[in-house]
Amino acid sequence: MSASPPLGADHAGAARAASRPGPPLWLLLELTYRCPLHCVFCYNPTDFARTGPELGTEDWLRVLREARAQGAVQLGLSGGEPLTRDDLEPIVAEAHRLGFYSNLITSGVGLTETRITALKAAGLDHIQLSFQDSTRQMNDFLSSTRTFELKSKVAALIKQHDYPMVLNVVLHRLNIDHVEEILAMAERMGADYVELANTQFYGWAWQNREQLMPSRAQVERAEEVTRRFRDRLDRPMRIFFVVPDYFERRPKACMNGLGSLFLTVTPDGTALPCHAARILPGLEFPNVKSASIEHIWYESTGFNHFRGDAWMKEPCRSCPEKARDFGGCRCQAYLLTGDAANADPVCDLSPYHQRVTEVAARADHPERLEKPLIFRSPANSSNLHP
Amino acid sequence: MSALDPAVRPALGRGFRLQWEAAQNSYVLLFPEGMIKLNSSAGEIMKRCDGHATVAEITADLERAFATSGLAADVMAFISMARDKQWLSVPA
Repeated sequence: MSASPPLGADHAGAARAASRPGPPLWLLLELTYRCPLHCVFCYNPTDFARTGPELGTEDWLRVLREARAQGAVQLGLSGGEPLTRDDLEPIVAEAHRLGFYSNLITSGVGLTETRITALKAAGLDHIQLSFQDSTRQMNDFLSSTRTFELKSKVAALIKQHDYPMVLNVVLHRLNIDHVEEILAMAERMGADYVELANTQFYGWAWQNREQLMPSRAQVERAEEVTRRFRDRLDRPMRIFFVVPDYFERRPKACMNGLGSLFLTVTPDGTALPCHAARILPGLEFPNVKSASIEHIWYESTGFNHFRGDAWMKEPCRSCPEKARDFGGCRCQAYLLTGDAANADPVCDLSPYHQRVTEVAARADHPERLEKPLIFRSPANSSNLHP
Repeated sequence: MSALDPAVRPALGRGFRLQWEAAQNSYVLLFPEGMIKLNSSAGEIMKRCDGHATVAEITADLERAFATSGLAADVMAFISMARDKQWLSVPA
């Protein structure tokens, strides 16, 4: 699964101008941290092994009802691998009944004919299938026959069941040179949308940042290949290329600002204003077992803290662009500068911008990349957080 | 962008869903991992694009509903734009 931010919606400005925040339009349920894959670029927290028990079906159904009543309408069902939950079908059915547009974000592992038929019947609107390496042989990304066959089969099932075919491929140093082959594969499969999402560096990807960071030359080549491919396409296949922000000079408008659109609920019920926010120190995030979605969204300090711009420091506070990018990503600011209220150092106005350019520059010298990759697994999670 | 024949019958594009959202006080267009909030005229046009009504009928219906006339050019322009964005499919 990717960590690409959801929907480029256009209501952020209006939502922020009002004294009361707009509704949590986008709800992401991370139903489980269980996953058959061990992706080194996963944004899930590295300490997932010590997370509490997963919410039960009734809790998830209640979250859906409460969030819908607050105006949530786009629903992501993710994880981990959401298909490891055997109650995915009733969750989808309730979402459909409530009027959500439901998106299953899956590796495809476990998406059998039986389950896709049941999910379709339950009203699932869309399946985003990720193509990524599911083995430890990162270099076998495209040649791993077993993965390729499984995913191809699932891709065909998705088409058979008349879903738009949406492929997501997380790019990084070890596969970004295969963009042309990836796009050709997507075209053969009849994809409608392809997201080439460069790794965003949180969770496991943060652990593996040095090994996954592409060089600038790689990124430029991949962009060029994508452009050429787009130009010669003779059927509608939309290709989104998400540039790695370490190569930018202005930060992404992460989540359209924390607490403006997006609400995620983690497997144990913790509610977060973005996928990675649990790492932010000093903030308490409420749990859906003890607080309503309404309270969580409008009243909790975890969701209110980074709303508006009172929390900002210079150079953001007086910056004319603050209404456009909200100072960038709080998690990135924290990870790279130690203070979540600093400007995202991707911004070249940040006094810490060098910390970003240094990492990007190091990627041009592969001889320095000698650390082993750490795969996302319960064992590694326990090792990292004894 | 080719000109639109008033006799074609536009329908919602595949994978798109149009629905009224009280929380946003507007029609929204939902699609894989995205949402577009429609302004009121866009919502009124889109909700009439059911695959049965022709562009001419949609225009007439709007003019009736809003007791006005001369909407043809605006409706055509919107439907052409929505077709190019694949919000609508417009069979030739």
